[in-house]
Amino acid sequence: MWDYSEKVQDHFFSPRNAGAVAGANAVGDVGSLSCGDALRLSLKVDPETETILEAGFQTFGCGSAIASSSALTEIIKGMTLDQALKVSNQDIADYLDGLPPEKMHCSVMGREALQAAVANYRGQVWKDDHAEGALVCKCFAVDAVLIEETIRANGLSTVEEVTNYTKAGGGCSACHEGVEEILTRVLKEQGRTFDPAGAARAPAKGKGFSNLQRIRRIEGAIEAIRPNLQRDRGDVELVEIDGKNVYVNMTGACVGCQMAATTLDGIQQKIVEDLGEFVRVLPASALQARA
Amino acid sequence: MTQGIYLDNNATTMVSPEVVEAMLPFFTEQFGNPSSLHQFGNRVGQAIKRARQQVQALLGAEHESEIVFTSCGTESDATAILSALRAQPERKEIITTVVEHPAVLALCEHLEKEGYKVHYLKVDGRGRLNIREYMDLLSDRVAICSVMWANNESGTLFPVEEMAELARSAGVMFHTDAVQAVGKVPIDLKETCIDMLSLSGHKLHAPKGIGVLYLRRNTRFRPLLRGGHQERGRRAGTENTASIVALGKACELALAHMDEEKTRVRRMRDRLEHGILEAVPHCFVTGDPGNRLPNTCNIAFEYIEGEAILLLLNKQGIAASSGSACTSGSLEPSHVMRAMGIPFTAAHGTVRFSFSRYNTADEVEQVIRAVPPIVAQLRKLSPYWGEGGPVADPDRAFAPAYA
Repeated sequence: MWDYSEKVQDHFFSPRNAGAVAGANAVGDVGSLSCGDALRLSLKVDPETETILEAGFQTFGCGSAIASSSALTEIIKGMTLDQALKVSNQDIADYLDGLPPEKMHCSVMGREALQAAVANYRGQVWKDDHAEGALVCKCFAVDAVLIEETIRANGLSTVEEVTNYTKAGGGCSACHEGVEEILTRVLKEQGRTFDPAGAARAPAKGKGFSNLQRIRRIEGAIEAIRPNLQRDRGDVELVEIDGKNVYVNMTGACVGCQMAATTLDGIQQKIVEDLGEFVRVLPASALQARA
Repeated sequence: MTQGIYLDNNATTMVSPEVVEAMLPFFTEQFGNPSSLHQFGNRVGQAIKRARQQVQALLGAEHESEIVFTSCGTESDATAILSALRAQPERKEIITTVVEHPAVLALCEHLEKEGYKVHYLKVDGRGRLNIREYMDLLSDRVAICSVMWANNESGTLFPVEEMAELARSAGVMFHTDAVQAVGKVPIDLKETCIDMLSLSGHKLHAPKGIGVLYLRRNTRFRPLLRGGHQERGRRAGTENTASIVALGKACELALAHMDEEKTRVRRMRDRLEHGILEAVPHCFVTGDPGNRLPNTCNIAFEYIEGEAILLLLNKQGIAASSGSACTSGSLEPSHVMRAMGIPFTAAHGTVRFSFSRYNTADEVEQVIRAVPPIVAQLRKLSPYWGEGGPVADPDRAFAPAYA
């Protein structure tokens, strides 16, 4: 089931400029039958002005491949070659009121055919600048090869980084398993191991107190306890609050004290009571261990 | 519509007439495979998309792609727990509770045999958890916490939103079996730290054989069933289209009737409970009456046996259940009642009445009239019951030795 726009359906059912252009002086062939997509774009270019007079396509491919080809020819007719080279695959998709993410590669093929045709006209050889791999992220149409190359080029090590660099995995997140697999493979080649821990996830927005009120309450609870500890020549200081975790530093006589764990429990109980929510009080050393 | 009085809605519910109407075309003219490109498939695909949005609305999920259709609550539970273990192979511990549904408990017991360490949180006499005990167990050795939102037998609600927040702070995944809660209490998942949630269609007036796993975006996941690309590769297998459409409709209706649960349904439940407690001596409500599902009431009738009560109720066309239907077939009283420390003499006599919005106040009055004579009749036969009251020191008065 594909969610094709009216425009895609229109260009598929009534394709414009189908067939080879007679007397074409620029031809671009891209794709391959093994990929299930192939497009031949033929152009008749005015040698004086380099304006595209006629454009035609022959496409082997799915509905959106045919619609993308049709759209491409409509867009570039009347443009100069330099103008036409600026047409991006997104322009083609936009012209069609969007393509399903899995079908974005059809618009990429259109742009590549155009580059190939222009190269052909100018007597150059166009080279496919990327091998297309299996589609991993369907939300943003990112393939395995691109992900792998990006990981290598930028020394990436987490799914989040891959998302930041390639957009892969930034949508529904169903492809994270696939991204992790690529990361595991590439990192292994480099003698590293993939650590899924990545960046910690954000805690939920607190109910009741604002962040500041919450911090003040926790500080207040700790201040109230300090005199008791100071009587035994110990002390405690607040180091960090991260979601439900409150990190404290035990100082003075509390360091190495056998009762330190019990003291932490007491501090936790006091904070829980004052705050009206459950939090965990942990030694600051746990914070370092986590970092 | 139904014959008799159906007060066993925690076991399963009647499929709403509107839901039946919505699903029927998907057996006949709308038979297409939603993956197909042609119009037969495409229309069904659109219907599934709509159903996904209806489920999303009831759960308050942020994205519709967080809804994964499964075959039932049990599948959702197993998918969630096994996914967490497979995605984090270095973590070998699980936290759950002693009162979970067998869908979670039996799986955990099996995982123990495979070498996992399972921590079972205990409950007190009212079925409440000790959050301190829970906090002390959270560590980076734990792959997942799986805690039910509402108990199927007592209706007791667990503070899963707060527990999920604690788990998130400790870097631990949190799953909740919300099969009994969805549709009965308001849920807004985008405001919580719950990573995964299971629901079952037939508990909220959709048919059997359809469930949902809510999977928060960016939760590390490994599918249980691999194969086709259905559900974005997270649950392969051709979609159960008619039931998915039905569940979508049922969720829409549940959301529309949410207020009715905490008003009219709750009033019927409370009326039944007060009526029975007033008329029958030596019975009490189990669980946490102040903090439970609005539709559930579980009463322990001391010194008599639950199945006998059910049979006599059934003779009068009244349907209820004793303990969990899933635990019946065993001679042990319900693990939930035992976990709350309810004595055997009462645990065997627990009866659960669970309502839906299709019940009426008139039915409640009929049940209130029916129960006291049934209890009295059975107590006359009970060795623990004397003239007009329980025998003194019942444990010693009647302590048969089982061969």
